[in-house]
Amino acid sequence: MPTFEYAPAPESRAVVDIRPWYGLFIDGGFVESAEGDAFKSVNPASEEVLAEVAEAGAADVDAAVRAARSAYQTVWGRMPGRERAKYLFRIARIIAERSRELAVLESLDNGKPIRESRDVDIPQVAAHFFYYAGWADKLGYAGFGGDPRPVGVAGQVIPWNFPLLMLAWKIAPALACGNTVVLKPGETTPLSALRFAEICQQADLPAGVVNIVPGAGATGAAVVNHADVDKVAFTGSTEVGRQIAASVAGTRKRVTLELGGKAANIVFDDAPIDQAVEGIVNGIFFNQGHVCCAGSRLLVQESVYDEVLASLKRRMATLRVGDPLDKNTDIGAINSSAQLERIRTLSDIGAAEGAEPWSPPCELPERGYWFAPTIFTGVTQAHRIAREEIFGPVLSVLTFRTPAEAVEKANNTPYGLSAGIWTEKGSRILSVADKLRAGVVWANTFNKFDPTSPFGGYKESGYGREGGRHGLEAYLSGADHA
Amino acid sequence: MTTTAPLADVAGSDAALRAFLHGLPGVDQVGAEQRAATLATRSIKTTAKAWALDLAVRMVDLTTLEGADTPGKVRALCAKARRPDPADPGCPPVAAVCVYPSLVATAAAELAGSGIHVASVATAFPSGQAPLEAKLADTTAAVADGADEIDMVINRGAFLTGRYRHVYEEIAAIRQACGSAHLKVILETGELATYDNVRRASWLAMLAGADFIKTSTGKVQPAATMPVTLVMLEAARDFHAASGRRVGVKAAGGIRAAKDAIRYLVMVNETAGEAWLSPDHFRFGASTLLNDLLMQRTRLATGHYSGPDYFTLD
Amino acid sequence: MPEQTTRLAVRKTYKLFIGGRFPRSESGRTYLVHDTNVALASRKDIRDAVVAARAAAPAWSGATAYHRGQILYRAAEMLEGRRDEFIALECGADDVDAAVDRWVWYAGWSDKVAQVYGNANPVAGPYFNLTAPEPTGVVGVVAPDDSPLLGLVSVVAPAIVTGNTVVVLAAENAPLPAVTLAEVLATSDVPGGVVNILTGRVTETGGWLASHADVNALDLTGVTDPALAAALEQTAAQTLTRVRRPPGLPVDWHADPGVGRMTWLLETKTVWHPKGV
Repeated sequence: MPTFEYAPAPESRAVVDIRPWYGLFIDGGFVESAEGDAFKSVNPASEEVLAEVAEAGAADVDAAVRAARSAYQTVWGRMPGRERAKYLFRIARIIAERSRELAVLESLDNGKPIRESRDVDIPQVAAHFFYYAGWADKLGYAGFGGDPRPVGVAGQVIPWNFPLLMLAWKIAPALACGNTVVLKPGETTPLSALRFAEICQQADLPAGVVNIVPGAGATGAAVVNHADVDKVAFTGSTEVGRQIAASVAGTRKRVTLELGGKAANIVFDDAPIDQAVEGIVNGIFFNQGHVCCAGSRLLVQESVYDEVLASLKRRMATLRVGDPLDKNTDIGAINSSAQLERIRTLSDIGAAEGAEPWSPPCELPERGYWFAPTIFTGVTQAHRIAREEIFGPVLSVLTFRTPAEAVEKANNTPYGLSAGIWTEKGSRILSVADKLRAGVVWANTFNKFDPTSPFGGYKESGYGREGGRHGLEAYLSGADHA
Repeated sequence: MTTTAPLADVAGSDAALRAFLHGLPGVDQVGAEQRAATLATRSIKTTAKAWALDLAVRMVDLTTLEGADTPGKVRALCAKARRPDPADPGCPPVAAVCVYPSLVATAAAELAGSGIHVASVATAFPSGQAPLEAKLADTTAAVADGADEIDMVINRGAFLTGRYRHVYEEIAAIRQACGSAHLKVILETGELATYDNVRRASWLAMLAGADFIKTSTGKVQPAATMPVTLVMLEAARDFHAASGRRVGVKAAGGIRAAKDAIRYLVMVNETAGEAWLSPDHFRFGASTLLNDLLMQRTRLATGHYSGPDYFTLD
Repeated sequence: MPEQTTRLAVRKTYKLFIGGRFPRSESGRTYLVHDTNVALASRKDIRDAVVAARAAAPAWSGATAYHRGQILYRAAEMLEGRRDEFIALECGADDVDAAVDRWVWYAGWSDKVAQVYGNANPVAGPYFNLTAPEPTGVVGVVAPDDSPLLGLVSVVAPAIVTGNTVVVLAAENAPLPAVTLAEVLATSDVPGGVVNILTGRVTETGGWLASHADVNALDLTGVTDPALAAALEQTAAQTLTRVRRPPGLPVDWHADPGVGRMTWLLETKTVWHPKGV
């Protein structure tokens, strides 16, 4: 009997028109960089150059901050909330209408499967703008004082793993609260942010309210360190987070940081095993594992270890790795050669330290950046792959015997972003959830996000919350923040 | 029926059976439904679609279960079963024709030599509310008239009150009465209400000797759904791993579109695995589904859309 | 030999307050404040105090909010009982009364702050989604110089009421009310280690507190030198310690403090669970 071979089912690229060159988006228009610098954005699945993008230098960042300041003082900061709300609603609607185009563009530039950009990223982006739009004229009721004021100009630096979604998490609450923004997208994924700039134009958003300054680390540093930035928001690595926290020391700048993680996904012996296995897979292989809250440490109770591992391996064998634009792809391309190198290095270390790697048989494309979904068994807390964030499709499997041991191991990390619990026993969920030092705890589910639900970490996973009512706090200066 | 050592004793007593069924891992409703929904997003195109449509046709239990059924109606159905698309000799026949016991003889005569199975619902279908003797007589009669597949219903009342051993014994007795005929055990999942119950009932039926576990009678809503079938496929997969015996799964009722049938096949493929992708181990209990499958076959072969008037109504 | 006619007063020795006990500085050093010897805390005292604070954290944060509220209210009772003693330390009657009232105010917040700061989130899916605040952990506090009792209470009470434990560097030039407050706490029901009070020089100990990896948050309210504040913030950045900068303007400690001094020392934990049958 022939096997069920899924024929290629590629999403059409025709829906997105990529220009060969993109400028910086400053004060409502696209401009060249002052120094004329530019960089190329590459499709990680094919290594094809998608576009050349102007790279913002210090002078460009300064121009962007000045535009943002001016827009803040003259228009946006003093605009009634109900008017700001309508701009944001309008943006949310345009994003929903252009969702196919945005999803394809996101998958092209980032390498993530179209199924995820189509079903998760872009719907969440639209929802995020829609949610915060509604807050803009209700801020006095948010619990941060009766007359909360905006902070001013926000300098925002976002990563490449969820390019447009991280932009939404940053820009939507900032704008709803009356701030203006200068945002630097990830250096390998600037295209959807620039498309968002076009959407701002399409929505007639006043010039200077949103400024997009593509570039690399130096551009990000220029944004963070600009003297006229009132508020810094960063999502990225803990290492850069440290630098930012140090660089704003002694200033008046407010900071929120969403940093790394090494989340434990704890499977108890009374777990709903099939759903737990889905949760493990979703926890570590969603978005190629390029997720700060990924469930990268699987903690399995020893009494169900064999059963869970067998199920996990069987399930992993059905994962489809390949063309991000194929609607049946589960795991797309690694975002960049640099990230691929990092994943390889840590994987090699895992093997060298004695952990045992396993991957299902899967053919990887020749061009582009790829890494097969991998689990390491025989991992202990002392292994580097159990402590360091790999940020790739690599799972470390550890075991435990008692709930107390599970909690102890889960918390035994400088990180504290997220955690997972799988058990059918309600009281155990509540007890364990209580003891886990993590900002988001998924019980009998994993990697779920919603605009109404605050997200952020404990300890070295950063500080501040994004999403929900709590997400407003970073962008308001009320009485409580004197 | 024989099961290997690990499962040999689980139905040995009421207490053992209850402990076993209640010891199965739970099913999280939201997680199971999400998994089914994700599988439904698979996009099956061109060659894969053609392959899947033909397979789906071969998996159909072409069914008529009406009070108004007559030999004439059944004869027409059998003709359709043998040659679903008269315009296309390449179109495969369906797996079986499924009728009430009183019409088995008609169907058996019509299908003789075709390789198409004659299936009959029995055991006081669809409620199952009859004495065991009546159910056994129902079964024996259908088999005697030429049915080689029996679709029985479980005693949901007994199941829901926790009398698992009672349900088990009834299935085992019918199994005995079937002789060489294959036994499909209808769980009527719409009345079991929870996925935990679906998983338990699946195991119960398989332990008792079912050759197939089947979702529904088609007389109760909801009938077959993706998540219910997912849970049953998982159970069949796990039962095979534990016992070495491969039990089939039949999704019956409510599947009308070719698109839906293909989604089920994707789910079979990625849940139980390729070994279940055969009429021996997966079936669709349906009537209107067949014509949509045929329309989609034609669409794929000719490149244009067809219309209902081009396919026979039976 | 003439008989001594006036009684010699028994002088109080002001020591550190660590883990519910009153040790001398391990360094053996003291410094003079108003002719009184006050312990001069060292690096190792910081270390010991952080260990004590961490050890006290699980039970304190795990206590019911009602229980914490009762314990803090009891501390206010004890504070009121020592009213004259604080006035004798030149705290000012107004400030002492306000400090007692503030303590009572914060005590009452224990079982309310989660209701005000937590949220049920209406997510777009079949999930129970709840955001609840939790204490950040061990908090280092540089207490304000300008209000040695009221200011001190105003930075310590909001930290501990939610379940944090604190290591306080008392006002350098006015440490006596702080040590006296320690005596109040030691005789109240506040468990040892929840509040640890060190006297000495912030320039010497502040860096150790800021760089300690097991300190989760650092309140620089009492740091008056902007360069020192910046340096401590920079140090704290290395372990992503949450930092509250010194206030830009003089603080009116009698004003309504709002909830900000509690909420900045709260993490929020958001728990998701599917709703199914």
